[in-house]
Amino acid sequence: MKLESKVPSGDVAQKWDKHRFEMKLVNPANKRKFRVIVVGSGLAGASATATMAELGYDIDCFCYQDSPRRAHSIAAQGGINAAKNYQNDGDSVYRLFYDTVKGGDFRSREANVYRLAQVSTNIIDQCVAQGVPFAREYGGYLANRSFGGALVSRTFYARGQTGQQLLLGAYGALSRQIKAGKVNMHTRYEMMDLVLVDGHAKGIIARNLLTGEITRHVADAVVLATGGYGNVFYLSTNAMGCNVTAAYRAYKRGAGFANPCYTQIHPTCIPVSGDHQSKLTLMSESLRNDGRVWVPKMAGDERRPRDIPEDERDYYLERRYPSFGNLVPRDVASRAAKLECDAGRGVGPGGRGVFLDFRDSINRLGQQAVSERYGNLFDMYERITDDNPYETPMRIYPAVHYTMGGLWVDYNLMSNVPGLHVVGEANFSDHGANRLGASALMQGLADGYFVLPYTIGQYFASHNQVDISTDHQAFRDAEAETRERVNKYLSINGKRSVDSFHRELGKIMWENCGMARNAEGMQKAIDEIPALREEFHENVKVTGTGDNINMELEKAGRVADFLEFGELFARDGINREESCGGHFREEYQTEEGEAVRNDEDFCHAAVWEFQGLDKVPLRHKEELEFENVKLATRSYK
Amino acid sequence: MKLKLHVWRQKDRDSEGQMVSYDANHVSPDMSFLEMLDVVNQELVERGEEPIHFDHDCREGICGMCSLVINGSPHGPEKSTTTCQLHMRKFNDGDEIYIEPWRAKAFPVIKDLMVDRSALDRIIQEGGYISVNTGNAPDAHAIPIGKPIADEAFEAAACIGCGACIASCKNASAMLFVSAKVAQLAMLPQGQAERKTRVQNMVNQMDEEGFGSCTNQSECEAVCPKEINVKYIAEMNKEYRKASLG
Repeated sequence: MKLESKVPSGDVAQKWDKHRFEMKLVNPANKRKFRVIVVGSGLAGASATATMAELGYDIDCFCYQDSPRRAHSIAAQGGINAAKNYQNDGDSVYRLFYDTVKGGDFRSREANVYRLAQVSTNIIDQCVAQGVPFAREYGGYLANRSFGGALVSRTFYARGQTGQQLLLGAYGALSRQIKAGKVNMHTRYEMMDLVLVDGHAKGIIARNLLTGEITRHVADAVVLATGGYGNVFYLSTNAMGCNVTAAYRAYKRGAGFANPCYTQIHPTCIPVSGDHQSKLTLMSESLRNDGRVWVPKMAGDERRPRDIPEDERDYYLERRYPSFGNLVPRDVASRAAKLECDAGRGVGPGGRGVFLDFRDSINRLGQQAVSERYGNLFDMYERITDDNPYETPMRIYPAVHYTMGGLWVDYNLMSNVPGLHVVGEANFSDHGANRLGASALMQGLADGYFVLPYTIGQYFASHNQVDISTDHQAFRDAEAETRERVNKYLSINGKRSVDSFHRELGKIMWENCGMARNAEGMQKAIDEIPALREEFHENVKVTGTGDNINMELEKAGRVADFLEFGELFARDGINREESCGGHFREEYQTEEGEAVRNDEDFCHAAVWEFQGLDKVPLRHKEELEFENVKLATRSYK
Repeated sequence: MKLKLHVWRQKDRDSEGQMVSYDANHVSPDMSFLEMLDVVNQELVERGEEPIHFDHDCREGICGMCSLVINGSPHGPEKSTTTCQLHMRKFNDGDEIYIEPWRAKAFPVIKDLMVDRSALDRIIQEGGYISVNTGNAPDAHAIPIGKPIADEAFEAAACIGCGACIASCKNASAMLFVSAKVAQLAMLPQGQAERKTRVQNMVNQMDEEGFGSCTNQSECEAVCPKEINVKYIAEMNKEYRKASLG
């Protein structure tokens, strides 16, 4: 596998400018001769589709939901970062770059991160022009807040619904191009496989979820904007339909999968309430701006929180990290919560929870002000838990939220498979081993609005266009394989439901590859998952037929891929013998429980190459070079 | 808790549907309504029967994919709450619950409780946006917008496009949905250039899709999980009249 990062030479601040000049351009009149397939319609997919269509390319865009407006970007609450320095508090492109590299625990690619910080300012301009109703000050200018892991206020927001407003902006731009006839939108379609012709990505096999029809789609390039794979844990804050299938199918066709073990466990989620739990709900990180995290000092303290006096409370984040306090990055906050709960000081049923308390903020600012900032989140919390956070502290616990790993891409966001581009959460490039708050929306839109539309032209301009139709043998073969797979699920007719396998896989993953990992646990996962997978293929029960909408069949395909992917995940984790960001190995920590990185041996992205299901995949490396931000131990003390 | 469910089952778009009764015997008050249906479905699958199909995705009340008319009310009995955020503690042991799909001419049933809401996408495609190509935008601070206007625009923009307003309306009118987008963009300076054509084109498409007219009963506002205000309908009528007069 050839891994050329294609990072331009020169000073980091000049690279993107230089690259834009050096890239070949496609003649405007020729752009309409190129067709692009985009899979996914979230922030990255919708923005990429709209922008490429504006440039003149013809696009086929696919989503599994009934409308592109429903993609899970919509659920992002807190905000989007941009180095505007509107608050005059010392922010700059360089500082956002520095914070993101450091926050990612020095496991991302510097040049990509710098570009991300550069275009962040354009994103805000674009979204405002689209009519996105960001929060404003009385003078009419944009409001900002600080967000987990940053000491400047650079986060733009629309109440607790920033993702929704940004996605609706991108959806509007996409809708305009659908109307213009430049985008053919395929809703309720799922990508089932990637089609390669002479080593280049030239199309996909999809399934029409309404009719069950398996369809072939050809294009000059394929873009995956298919999000993350957090649902390998079964319980996560992802939407129910989020899955790894598109990315995993590309991996099986030869695309490198980078750092699959990098998972973000978000510290502020509503704890699990029972076995019926289908997903977990995030409470925005912005709550940590005004809420204080604590546990009772005494293990097993069952008094009501209000009855526990001040000197018997441990505000452990403020104690351990005096300079960042409650605003430490997500990985640090999550691990600290786990440590308290492991020590028996957790609160609520099962002891898996810590308090997030607004008492002091309500006393200082008044209930009205707190309600203006977080009203919708407080209401949501009360609907789910039946507790009123104005009167009693919230109970929170970490949950799987985002996956930093993904398909490997070069500086042009192209994978090692020529023509296959990957944007948004589905790629691996910008967040390293830990993502900072309000950076996911930034990356999705940066990739879609301001990076891919330029770099995809470079691919078109530097490769001869070949005339391929869906009659090509590669399409026939891929379709036949898909058809066989689908028919197989329907014919097994075993005894266990798809969900029961998914839950069991999730349990293996959470117990062995969750917040704290060790070699023994991950080996256990590597041993147990193949057995579960085997049972799935012998004993799963998929009701219904293949020629109609069938949600059991849809889930079966996704869970089958998770059952293979989970093993790759554990294998990546066991091979990374260090702690970095969200990847915390118990063997590699200081006496105080802080992560110990190993830059000597692991300052690289691990990129996996599929070798067949029965064989151990190959582990390749892209060495990461830090020319601007000096490698250092992250400290938030 | 034990419940008796009466659920609309319909094989596909062309088949006739009917209400079918199910017992839900293992319901915890902490479950969401959809988790309760998950448990019922799990039992159906184990018996080899097809589960009850319904649309859902984020289960956080924001994607707008979940629907269901529960005991005659879209999204069920709790105010400002989507079905996925409705919890079983709002019901009592022994309750009978009637579960039906959104019903409207423009929302054909696809299967069981799933309906086709693509009409809403087609209305947005007629102008529910500001035409600005990527890269065209001036600096964000070049367009100052007073806080009251920004806040009001947000209120209108909070619509999740679920279609409950339409399901609640005896005329199956889509006025609340359409007016929320028209109002949001009409009150912002960025939306002025296309203000007239937008309202005309969106209203025309709304009529073409077969949605009914508004007769000012405000059922839509009462069931809206995001509390979109019916005043936007009056705003849209005003916008439409102004646009029609030149």
